[in-house]
Amino acid sequence: MTQIKVTSAEYIAEALPDPIGSGSAYMNVGTSERIISAVAGLALMSFGLRRFSIPRLLVAAAGAALVERGASGYCPVNNMVKRDTSQAAKPESTEITKSLTINKPRTEVYQFWRNLENLPKFMQHLSEVTQIDSKRSHWIAPVPGGIGKIEWEAEIIEEVENEKIIWRSVPNASVDNSGEILFKDAPAGQGTEIYVVIKYLPPAGAIGGTLAKVFNPAFKQMVKEDLRRFKRLIETGEIPVSESRPSGKTQTIEDNSMDQIEKTYESPLL
Amino acid sequence: MKALCYNNVRDLRVENIPDPAIISPKDMIIRVTLSSVCGSDLHIINGFIPTVKSGDVLGHEFMGEVVETGSEVRKFVKGDRVVVSSVIACGECHYCQHDSFSLCDNTNPNAFMPEKLYGDTMAGIFGYTHAFGGYAGSHAQYIRIPFADIGAFKVPEGLHDDSVIFCSDAFPTGYMAADMADIKPGSVVAIWGCGGVGQMAIQSAWLMGAERVIAIDKEPYRLRMAREKGRAETINFEEADVLEALRDMTAGRGPDCCIDAVGMEASGSGFGYAYDKVKQWAKLENDRPLVLRDAIMACRKGGNVSIVGVYSGFVDKIPMGAAMNKGLTFKMGQMHGQKYIPQLLEYVQSGQVDPSFMVTHKMGLEQGQEGYDMFTQKTDNCMRVVFAP
Repeated sequence: MTQIKVTSAEYIAEALPDPIGSGSAYMNVGTSERIISAVAGLALMSFGLRRFSIPRLLVAAAGAALVERGASGYCPVNNMVKRDTSQAAKPESTEITKSLTINKPRTEVYQFWRNLENLPKFMQHLSEVTQIDSKRSHWIAPVPGGIGKIEWEAEIIEEVENEKIIWRSVPNASVDNSGEILFKDAPAGQGTEIYVVIKYLPPAGAIGGTLAKVFNPAFKQMVKEDLRRFKRLIETGEIPVSESRPSGKTQTIEDNSMDQIEKTYESPLL
Repeated sequence: MKALCYNNVRDLRVENIPDPAIISPKDMIIRVTLSSVCGSDLHIINGFIPTVKSGDVLGHEFMGEVVETGSEVRKFVKGDRVVVSSVIACGECHYCQHDSFSLCDNTNPNAFMPEKLYGDTMAGIFGYTHAFGGYAGSHAQYIRIPFADIGAFKVPEGLHDDSVIFCSDAFPTGYMAADMADIKPGSVVAIWGCGGVGQMAIQSAWLMGAERVIAIDKEPYRLRMAREKGRAETINFEEADVLEALRDMTAGRGPDCCIDAVGMEASGSGFGYAYDKVKQWAKLENDRPLVLRDAIMACRKGGNVSIVGVYSGFVDKIPMGAAMNKGLTFKMGQMHGQKYIPQLLEYVQSGQVDPSFMVTHKMGLEQGQEGYDMFTQKTDNCMRVVFAP
């Protein structure tokens, strides 16, 4: 059995390949062109929707397409003619690392995670993971507010039993992401150390990049809480909760503060 | 059901709230027969510990009768009389398996709060703010006990409730204080604070073979109780200089073991007390560490300082030079009830310790505010008010 000698998070991050920027993170429109598209699109929409007529509606639709092109940085026409003006703004992946000690043997911890269909039991933002074959899996996450769901496929690109799993979303994923988890024996029989790295490409390039910077702390906290739930579930067989209503305070519509504090940590994102 | 809830600073109210229900198969529900006030509740009620919300049910020291058990509860059946540790522990994490139950990794659902405040999370505690898990407290007719097999203990036949109730928190806390102080035959033990925990620390010090026990407080009736029930020598810090008195009583050595059973809301006199009062009022300091300062200064060279009085945040002007150069050992923590309770029930059963003398007042939940006022102001020689919901 090969021994993992290096434990530092930096090493893991280097080893982990970037996700493929082919889904929502893929862009082929440059920044100035995106701004022009968006402004022109808004002007067309405003003209098109001022009075109702079929031609005006078509103008509005064309405007909406331009706005979408500006916001997403992706143009299907550019794609068809192989035109790409986006060189200046290739997206940079965002990376989150976290490690944790779990008081269970390494094989047990590895097995629980490797059965990917277990993941939604502790990953709050996932509703379902289905294994398609030994490498490929289908992931579903509900969109906040119950207005739909996003789905993507991922594949395991490297694995060593009881030691590591590396996965990556397949091309054209709605969220381009990749991740790695390492499993090590903790010293003095304290169970298993896990080291997790998750990388994702912010959707919509530079705009998405700015958003990602804003949301990254929240996303990081979400990953942290997911891993904490993983530990709790595998150690105790449950995810402990305090009462859903420990309070004698009569709930009113304005009084949401109690709700927020009583629940276990919930991501502000999802 | 009825429950005594926090409404605002020093404002408690009885509310009607839904009965608790079993959420996990390891839960059980008990009907509370007795639920005690505790000095640490006062830190919450007085607004010194953040993350308490209007409507929270208070109380963490209690006993009762099992009314419902989850499918994975093995140790108990309906009708069992139990006493429950105030600290909630999972029994499965590294800390629980090494008898450090109050450091449990898994029972605080709001782990992110203490993580920010303290750098890591510790166990959830019943009725003890959201930073400690947001669990409903025991000043209610019913309470849900998570991880019941780990945290609850069957009460031996023939014991009166009044003798058992303090095995939930005050006795294990006092016992752990004595345990951490590493009392050996021949040790001279000084205990600051003659409230419930201090009284139990006095009893525990004798169990561990202490040569002498010196108790320090300012309330004559509490000192009298320490003398009469605890066979302790006493110092009233309003009448005597504690450091001088301790030095004189120990032929210049100082006590071998010093126990702080007071914590963050210590009272005292002189410049130090005024300084801390002002800083705490101005929110520049959470805690008034008067007792801790005295314990360090009084302690014998190479001696042990054991802290079970609760501190919440930052303290000022700790004589670290004295602590370091005198080579003191510090041990502290919230009590590991699950480790100590079985042994303590044996002490009670054998009659070696009967903590029932601390029940000075019994009331219904409706008198909750009155009970806490009495406990705070120490009127009518109040040691502990116990509610029978």
